[in-house]
Amino acid sequence: MENQNTIVININGNRFNFVKGDTILDVARQNNIEIPTLCHLKGTLPTGNCRVCVVEIAGEQDLTISCETKAAAGMIVQTESSRVVASRKQTIKKMLSMGNHNCAVRAPHEESWTQYQLKVQGEDNSPELCPAWGDCRLQDLAYYYQVSGSDYSNVQTLYSMEMANPFIIRDFSRCILCGRCVKACNEIQVNDAIEFGYDGDRKKIVAGDDKPLKDSDCVFCGECVQVCPVGALVPKDARFDRQWESKKVRSTCSYCGVGCQIDFHVKNNRIIKITGAEDTAPNDGSLCVKGRFGFNFVHSQDRLTTPLIKENGKFREASWDEALDLTSKRLSEIKDQYGADTIGVLTSARVTNEDNYAAMKFTRAVLKTNNIDHCARL
Amino acid sequence: MTNTIGDVEEADVILVTGSNTTENHPVLSAFVKRAVKFKNAKMIVVDPRQIKLTKFAEQWLRPNLGTDVAWINGLMHVIISENLHNKEFIEKRTTDFEKLKSMVEKFTPDYVEKITGIPAQQIIDAARLYAKAKAGAILYCMGITQHTTGTDNVKSLANLAMLCGNLGIAGGGVNPLRGQNNVQGACDMGGLPNVFTAYQPVTDEAARKRMEDAWGVTGLSEKNGLTVTKMVPMAHDGEIKAMYIIGENPLVSDPDLNHAEKSFGNLDFLVVQDIFMTETAQIADVILPSACFAEKEGTFSNTERRVQRVRKAVEAPGAAWDDWKITSEIAKRMGYPMAYKNAREIFEEIMKVTPSYAGITYDRIDREGLHWPCPSQEHPGTPILHTEQFTRGKGVFHAIDYISPAEQVDEEYPLYLTTGRVLYHYHTGTMTRRTEGLNERAPESFVEISAEDAKKFGIEDGSMITVASRRGEIKVRTKISDMVDIGTVFIPFHYAEAAANKLTNAALDPVSNIPEYKVCAIKLSGTA
Ligand code: SF4
Ligand code: SF4
Ligand code: SF4
Ligand code: FES
Repeated sequence: MENQNTIVININGNRFNFVKGDTILDVARQNNIEIPTLCHLKGTLPTGNCRVCVVEIAGEQDLTISCETKAAAGMIVQTESSRVVASRKQTIKKMLSMGNHNCAVRAPHEESWTQYQLKVQGEDNSPELCPAWGDCRLQDLAYYYQVSGSDYSNVQTLYSMEMANPFIIRDFSRCILCGRCVKACNEIQVNDAIEFGYDGDRKKIVAGDDKPLKDSDCVFCGECVQVCPVGALVPKDARFDRQWESKKVRSTCSYCGVGCQIDFHVKNNRIIKITGAEDTAPNDGSLCVKGRFGFNFVHSQDRLTTPLIKENGKFREASWDEALDLTSKRLSEIKDQYGADTIGVLTSARVTNEDNYAAMKFTRAVLKTNNIDHCARL
Repeated sequence: MTNTIGDVEEADVILVTGSNTTENHPVLSAFVKRAVKFKNAKMIVVDPRQIKLTKFAEQWLRPNLGTDVAWINGLMHVIISENLHNKEFIEKRTTDFEKLKSMVEKFTPDYVEKITGIPAQQIIDAARLYAKAKAGAILYCMGITQHTTGTDNVKSLANLAMLCGNLGIAGGGVNPLRGQNNVQGACDMGGLPNVFTAYQPVTDEAARKRMEDAWGVTGLSEKNGLTVTKMVPMAHDGEIKAMYIIGENPLVSDPDLNHAEKSFGNLDFLVVQDIFMTETAQIADVILPSACFAEKEGTFSNTERRVQRVRKAVEAPGAAWDDWKITSEIAKRMGYPMAYKNAREIFEEIMKVTPSYAGITYDRIDREGLHWPCPSQEHPGTPILHTEQFTRGKGVFHAIDYISPAEQVDEEYPLYLTTGRVLYHYHTGTMTRRTEGLNERAPESFVEISAEDAKKFGIEDGSMITVASRRGEIKVRTKISDMVDIGTVFIPFHYAEAAANKLTNAALDPVSNIPEYKVCAIKLSGTA
C-alpha cells in the first residue's frame, strides 16, 4: 500500500507524481500514455458520455471513466487491460452500428453491405463515402481496436439531414451523441444554442426547441463543427473534400483585431476550408463566422487582376510598367509643381506590417511629406 | 490593450463600454462570457444599445448617446466620496489626483442622472462594484472613440482605472479593442501623420536623424502631416492634389459621404491599390491590383500587441502583387530604390528602426506570436503593460469636464442616429459581401427603431423608409427592436447602397481627429 501522502499514482506499472485535482486522463496524457477519448473536450467539464476512455483500477468492480475521475494517491491503473479493451470494442461497435457510418471499417464482405451503402448514398444524396472519411476519431478507433460494425441492415435514420443554412450540414444519422458540440457551444463559445433533446433512443442534439440552426440562437461560429469527432457536423462548402488531398497553412485571420490563428486548407491553389489553430494563443481553436466561413472573397471573380488606367472616363487594362510609370510620373510632377505636402497617402489597417512600413517609408523618404494616415479612426 | 485577451478571464469585474463585443470581436467575447459564466466574474455593461452581452451582465447602464465623460466622472465621484480609491497606487504611481478630485466633485449621482439618463442608484452600484474588485478590466471600442469627445472618453477611462489601481496587474487594464485586424500594426509602423515606427515623433530631431541615417536620405519633413479627416476637406478645397490610397475604401467608411465624394473627385491624381473595384477605386485615375492576406507572407499585430505571422496559402490572381512590392516599384521609379527580396527582409529592417519590435524575428514567432515591447532577442515580450511604471514615468490624472455631442436633436431632426456593425459583415463589406453565406444571413441594411418611436412616427416593421440628416439621406428597411432606446435609431455601415455615412457627422474630436460616427440627428419620412 502506498503512503497516502506521496500523491503518486501507478499507471501500467509505472509510478507518476501528480497534482491534486488532475484526472486520471490528465496524468496519463502528461506522461505520454495514450488513453483514447471521444467526448472529452479540453477546457470543459467532463460528461462521461462516451465511455471510450475507461480504465481498470485495482480493487474496483467496475471500469472507471478516466476523463472525469480524479487521480488519487495509491491508485493502480491499467489503461489497456483485456477488460478495458473488450469494453472499448463493445462501445465502438455499438456506435458504428447506430448510424450511417458507411466507411470501410465496416467489413464490406457481407451481402447486406451493398444494400446499406445504397441506402446511405440515397440519404447523403451523393455516391461519396462519409464526409469524415480519413478524418474521423471513430474510424481511427475502429481501426486501432479492429472493430467492425454489425447488423447494419437495420440501421434506422430517425432524423433527416439539415442543410437549410449556408454553412453547416447537420447529419444526425452519423451523430454518436458524444456531446462535444454541446460543450463547445455552451462552455467554450458560450452561445448556448444547442443541447441534448428527447430521451432514450430518440435522443438528439437540438437547437432551441428543435429548430433548424438558422432560426435558433446559433451564430455560426462553427466551433461545433471543429470539435465533432465524426461526420455529423460538416462545413457545407467543403463537405467531401478529403483531408489528405489538402495541405494546411497556418496564418492569422484578417478580419478583426483579435487576430485568431487559422489553418488554411488548400487544394489546387484554392482555399477549401479554414479551421481554428488549436493549442495556440490567442484563440486556441475558436473562430467566428467571418474568420471560419468568410473566405470566398479570396477566389472571387471580382478580384482585380491587372493594373487599370482611366482614359476618357473609362478604365482600360495596362501593364505594370505602364501603370507604375504613369503613377510615379504624376506624383513627381505634382510634388515638383505644388510641393510634397499636397500629396496624401492612406495606408491600411488591413495590410501587413511590412506593407505598412513600405508605404510609410515611401511617404516620408521618397515623397518627403508626413501626410500619411490610415482609416482606423473610421 | 494594456493586458492580453486571455487575461480577461483573470478579472473579478469586467466593465465593457462602447463595444458590441459578441458581434465585433466574437472570439474575445467568448473569453468575457466564460469569465462571467464559469469564473464568477461580474460584468458591468455601459451601452446605449441592449447588446447581447447585457444578458450576461450584473449591471447594465444605458447612457444617453455621447454622455460618457459624465458617467465615468460620476463613478469616480462615488468612488472618491466613499473612499474606495486605491491610495497607495495613486500616491506611488500617479500625479494630479487633486485636480481630478475637484473636477469630479460636481458629478454627483443625481447630476449624472440628469445628463446621462442613468438612474443615480445604478451609478453608485456600478462604482462600488468596480472599485471593490481585486482586478477590474475595462474593455472599450469605437463606441467610446467615435465621438467629438473621444479622446476625453479614453482619458476618462484611464482615470478610472488608475483611481482603483487597476493598471499593470493581471485581470486589470484599459483595453481598447481594435476594429480592424491590423490597426495596431499600421500605427506601430508609423502609418500616422505624426510618428515614425514605434511612435517616434517626426518633430523630434533625433528621431528624424535616426531615420535619415537608416534610410540613407536627408531632409525628412519636420512638421506633422495631415490626418485623413483633414486631407479630405483639403482635397475639397484644392489644397491636396494627389492621393495614393492603399487597401481602404473611404467612399463608404468616411463620415458625411456626399462631401467626401466631391473631395476625392476634385483631386488631380488619385491612385488606388486594392483587391477589389471598390467605390473609391471607381473614381481613381490608376488602379493597382494587390494580393490579399492569403496570398502573402508577413505579419499582423493584434489588439493585444501580439505580432503574428501571415503566410501565403495560394497564388495571387492574375498580375496582382504584394502591396509592398507595388510601393517599392513606385519608389524606384521616383529615384529611390527600395529593393526588398521578400517580406522577411522588410521585417528585418523594421526590427532595426522600431525599438519595441527589436527582439521579434520571424523565427521567434513561427509557432506563436510575441507581445511588444520586445526590445531584444532574449526578451520574452510584454503581455501586460505598466507593471512597474508607466511609459512616461507617473500616470497623469486628467481633469475632464463633460461636453455634449456636436449635434443635438431638434424639431426638424428629432431622433439620434448611432452606427456600428453586424456580426456577419465587416467594415465596408468588400470582403464579406462577396461570401454568399454571410450575405444570406445579413442581406441588406436596416434601421433599428424602438416600438415606441415606430408608433409615434407611424412606421411599420419591415417597411422601407427614408432616413435623412442635415447632410444626406438613404432609404432603408425598418426593424422594430428592443436593442435601441426610445429616441435613438441604429444603422450598420457596411452597405454601400444605403451608406449610413451619408448621414453621419464629420465633426471631429479636436485631438484624435476621429469623426463623431456615433451620434447625429436625423428624421424619418414615411414609406418610401
Ligand atoms: S455554430 Fe457555434 S453557435 Fe452555432 S451551434 Fe455550433 S457552436 Fe453553437
Ligand atoms: S454532432 Fe458530433 S459532436 Fe455533436 S454529439 Fe453528435 S457526434 Fe458528438
Ligand atoms: S475569427 Fe473572428 S474573432 Fe477571430 S480574428 Fe477573425 S474575425 Fe476576429
Ligand atoms: S472521453 Fe471520457 S467518457 Fe468520453
